Amino acid sequence: MYSQGLRPLSIATVVALAAGLALVFFYAPLDADQGFIQKIFYLHVPLAITSLVGFVVGGVFAVLHLRSGERRWDAWSYVSIHMSVIFGVAVLITGSIWAKASWGHWWVWEEPTLVSFLIVFLLYATYYPFRYAIEDPERQGRYASVFAVTAGAFVPLNFMAVRMAQSLVHPRVFATTNGGLPGSMLLTFLVCLAATALLWITLVKLELTAKSASGQLKRLRRALEGPVPRAGSRIAPEVS
Amino acid sequence: MLELLAGAPALPLDEAGKYVAGAYVVFLLLIVVYVAIMAAKLQRIERELRELAVVAESRANGATAAPGREEVNA
Repeated sequence: MYSQGLRPLSIATVVALAAGLALVFFYAPLDADQGFIQKIFYLHVPLAITSLVGFVVGGVFAVLHLRSGERRWDAWSYVSIHMSVIFGVAVLITGSIWAKASWGHWWVWEEPTLVSFLIVFLLYATYYPFRYAIEDPERQGRYASVFAVTAGAFVPLNFMAVRMAQSLVHPRVFATTNGGLPGSMLLTFLVCLAATALLWITLVKLELTAKSASGQLKRLRRALEGPVPRAGSRIAPEVS
Repeated sequence: MLELLAGAPALPLDEAGKYVAGAYVVFLLLIVVYVAIMAAKLQRIERELRELAVVAESRANGATAAPGREEVNA
């Protein structure tokens, strides 16, 4: 039952998103350096953190799939990565808008933070054609899990490498030196981060519920009408 | 509520405002597109379920009207 707890989760997500937006625009002070532009931070950074953590979570589900062989963990892994890729698109677009407003350029190739996120995003963009290339569902799930584990391990390594690299222009907001964020900004950021994480969890559960309903429908059709021929290779794992 | 909004700082919707609005609108659009795709999927599931319900009902009616038909056909 993937839909279990979906309604309270959805309500909590809407409340958290509304609270986050209210804090961003009516509570958090204007940044002394960037001014109003800095409001993008409360959207862009939580999206980036949630997306990267989501990739790692996809890897954890893939480990569970490889250990147990249960296809439902492959579905969890697939949907986690799928949702993180969607969030990744939002990160790249909002980041570009912020870059244009702050630095005058849509993209800065010399900046390790931007390029490293793009590398991670493109790595996970290959996950779909990779799955599509394998027809046998068992092999597809197993190989996809190996991919998810390897790529999931790459994400924190990539993050650490960027932190250790000499930054050019991208701000280090959570630096241990120079004090970090003031209290009101930190509170707003944490609420936005919680709201974004809740949104990710809600959408993952919603997607799995839809896939489960679709899988049950196929089972019903097979029971009533006999075996249904497979229409080519499928990317998403079938959830029952 | 109105007093609270009146007491809130004015939003500087000048040059910076359009970029901030753009970023938040992009986020909103992505969610709306995703929800629209999910709604389309839900519609398809509902349609297929209705078709299967018709098949199941016609089989049940056929079995009631001619109980021996299944054996004859087999």
